[in-house]
Amino acid sequence: MQVKKAVALISGGLDSLLAAKLIQQQGIRVEGINFYTGFCVEGHTHAIRNRDRGRVKRNNALWVAEQLGIKLHIIDIVEEYKDVVINPKHGYGANLNPCLDCKIFMVRKAREWSAENGFDFIITGEVIGQRPKSQRKRYMPLISDESGAGDRLLRPLCALNLEPTLPERAGWVEREKLKAFNGRSRKPQMALAAEFGFEDYAQPAGGCCFLTDRTYSVKLQDLWDNRGQREYELDDIMLLKVGRHIRPSETFKLIIAREEGETNFLSGYRHLFQTIKTVSHPGPLTLVEGEPLDEAQIELACAITARFSKGRDAESVELRFSDRERESRSVHVKPLAADQIRQDWIIG
Amino acid sequence: MTDIIEIDARRLFCPLPVIKLQNCIGKHPPGTRVRITSTDPGSLNDIPTWCRISGHPVLEIDDLETEFVFLVQKGDDES
Repeated sequence: MQVKKAVALISGGLDSLLAAKLIQQQGIRVEGINFYTGFCVEGHTHAIRNRDRGRVKRNNALWVAEQLGIKLHIIDIVEEYKDVVINPKHGYGANLNPCLDCKIFMVRKAREWSAENGFDFIITGEVIGQRPKSQRKRYMPLISDESGAGDRLLRPLCALNLEPTLPERAGWVEREKLKAFNGRSRKPQMALAAEFGFEDYAQPAGGCCFLTDRTYSVKLQDLWDNRGQREYELDDIMLLKVGRHIRPSETFKLIIAREEGETNFLSGYRHLFQTIKTVSHPGPLTLVEGEPLDEAQIELACAITARFSKGRDAESVELRFSDRERESRSVHVKPLAADQIRQDWIIG
Repeated sequence: MTDIIEIDARRLFCPLPVIKLQNCIGKHPPGTRVRITSTDPGSLNDIPTWCRISGHPVLEIDDLETEFVFLVQKGDDES
């Protein structure tokens, strides 16, 4: 009999690792698929910040694939994913996280990929009750149906709680060897990981997407509110991950680096923004997003930036303000005091 | 000696350099050599990992501290 092939959605977390392993053990040829939305937490965020430099900078999905000895196909879905974020049919979770629409979208993309590449079924690491929005039992059939995957979507970790799917009914996999995990406890997964000999797996469940983060969602909503329309480009959502975001006026926002790594990262955007950099004292680079600043606004923006420099207690700090044409000039200001930074300026 | 295909992945962050390499290699025959330059330190881990699991030998890695250059050869196609 020809070996059956399954494509596994690999997020990099423990559940998808275990789901793929369970199927692999049944003699199915498994390959992984991972989707890049632009909102992924790992990777670049660790690379940007100096304080994270000591961490092992690994991509968890690649790590999982290597543990399993499978190929991993990483798909850039940044453009297509915008519609999921902006117009989620099933709404948002606690923040701007469209988890149910996201799951449906990713399973649909996996179904399309699997059809193009001659794979027989799709597996995910979903567990009934694991997450409040996208992994409720009543949503499982909805995900299968709306993605178009139908009964070619197998959830090995909770399959015994669901109706048998095509791979089970056809005898491609033995249903008895699948699991009946249920609920938010991670203990069954951790026990299974120990059984398989996995130790160094990524811990967070649901923590791999910035859209589940309250602060990030507030910044994204602010961006939409101030543009008057719900849209974004990849650079926008990258910049929302970096720096302090302060909006002293409806017409401009400051993105102030919090440390050297962020200053280096923001430097790559100098040509697109008005910028401020401290000169007389060590301090951050600030990007100014919005309309060209007038004189009073330049002074305010510089005084805010100086507040976050080593010269915060000095009588005067020199900064360099540059417009978008890279014309620059020196500005001297007294840094704002902490209580002069209004709370309603701070985004997130 | 065949030409080397160059990929500039500077200022891109994980996993975009890997995606660029993957998409480039997918379009060319086995034996094709690709040189990719990245500035993301994460690529020092990610690119060799992706190459290992995909069967594409990494012929050289140059760690220039601020830039990382990888010479990769596309492996044999397999079913």
